[in-house]
Amino acid sequence: MRLEFCGLGKQFGEQQALRDVTLTIPEFQSLAIIGPSGGGKTTLLRIIAGLEIQEKGYLCINGQRLEVDEEALLAHRRTIGTVFQAYNLFPHLTALENVVLPLVKVHGFSEREARDTAGALFARFQLAGHAHRRPAELSGGQQQRVAIVRAIAIKPRFLLFDEPTSALDPEMTAEVLDFIAELRGEGRDLIIVTHNMGFAREVSDHCLFIAAGEVQEAGQSSDLFRKPHNPLLVNFLAKVLRY
Amino acid sequence: MKRLVTHTDGQPVAVAARVVSWLLVALLTAALFSFAFSQLQYGWNWDAIWQYRQKFLQGWLMTVIISAAALVVSLVIGLLTALARRSSFLPLRYLAVLYVETIRGTPLLVQILILFYVVANAIGIENRYVVGVITLSLFAGAYLAEMIRSGIESIRDSQLESARAIGLTRSQTYRYVIFPQVVRQLIPPLTGQFASIIKDSSLLSIIAVSEFTLNAQEVNAFTYSTLESYLPLAVGYLLLTLPVSLMSRALERKFHYAT
Repeated sequence: MRLEFCGLGKQFGEQQALRDVTLTIPEFQSLAIIGPSGGGKTTLLRIIAGLEIQEKGYLCINGQRLEVDEEALLAHRRTIGTVFQAYNLFPHLTALENVVLPLVKVHGFSEREARDTAGALFARFQLAGHAHRRPAELSGGQQQRVAIVRAIAIKPRFLLFDEPTSALDPEMTAEVLDFIAELRGEGRDLIIVTHNMGFAREVSDHCLFIAAGEVQEAGQSSDLFRKPHNPLLVNFLAKVLRY
Repeated sequence: MKRLVTHTDGQPVAVAARVVSWLLVALLTAALFSFAFSQLQYGWNWDAIWQYRQKFLQGWLMTVIISAAALVVSLVIGLLTALARRSSFLPLRYLAVLYVETIRGTPLLVQILILFYVVANAIGIENRYVVGVITLSLFAGAYLAEMIRSGIESIRDSQLESARAIGLTRSQTYRYVIFPQVVRQLIPPLTGQFASIIKDSSLLSIIAVSEFTLNAQEVNAFTYSTLESYLPLAVGYLLLTLPVSLMSRALERKFHYAT
């Protein structure tokens, strides 16, 4: 997929979350967005997800400009799969029902088709035993995997992950990252905001480093991690890779 | 013996302990009241009351009907008010605030009098039963609105965010995400509210709604047997409120699940 940002700006109260981000990212399959907390990477992802509206500028996805009226954004959100840090699932529904809900209510599946589709995905990703449990009965890693299944069940154009493992312990982190790597291996397009540099380096083919509301450096992941140019990025990598 | 009257935290209460302790409480209460009544210089006249049993029964049934009607109407009012309080249209939101705070801050007695003698009179509703149900519903609706609102607000933002992300519309989010959870949370306090409505309906006696309390008052006026008129009243209300509050507790356990 391709992405193009043109003068994107977003402010929260006093804080300038994104300032005049202009950038064209050529064809990529998986894009990692890294950077310090509060630097604007989540805001950028949320704008791409259609969950936040920029105040200035516009973005194009695969050459098509994203309109920002609520109707267009709703339609946009329905074609992509977004997974957040935690609490993606609705606690009153079982894992399977969580996946079935958008299929039936948003994508026009019959109850039966939706259950079959969801059931097949659960079986394929070793979640069959958990299908009828409520989120509270699942581990954090299992919850995230179910959330990812919900995101891919609708056959999205691409997947967005907002720090999907930051609320998990290392073992569960590995479980979820393996899952995402597997999806990448299937050839799905994805964009991930992550603090996990090893994963970003391994799985993404393109990478953005965002700090202070600006894209400080962008490029092929292999180059960017090997030979960072921007002093902020050099500094950042030195810090996060120290331990 | 000690094991029959004590409970250790985290352990289930043994059946024997339960029975013995309840018996003890019943015995103590009975002893206290038998003593109090035995000191009373009072000529009991249950025969006179027995002749009016039909009147008690009719009043009791009327209380059940009024309370049930008020519960349904107050739910609708409470729901609409809770939504109004969350409306982005400010006058509507403030109207809801004004309504809730006024109702919760004034006695039901005053509300009944004003609604019946002033408002209902002005707009031409003459049926006091209708006014009675409306007043009770407005009263309970204000409390329900706050319960429903806090229920809605207890739904984490992350869930609303997920609902948006999977492409649910606002009304779908209410229908499939918020309300099912709010209803579960609401059932226990709602049954408690029902018990309150049943007791509060007794105040409708002041506008001559022929419910349980008014009928008991009338029997008292006919027979001059005050205690014999009011004791059945207490029992009659307990017969209604006790099952409701036991049910409330059972439902609370049933709907309890971790989030």
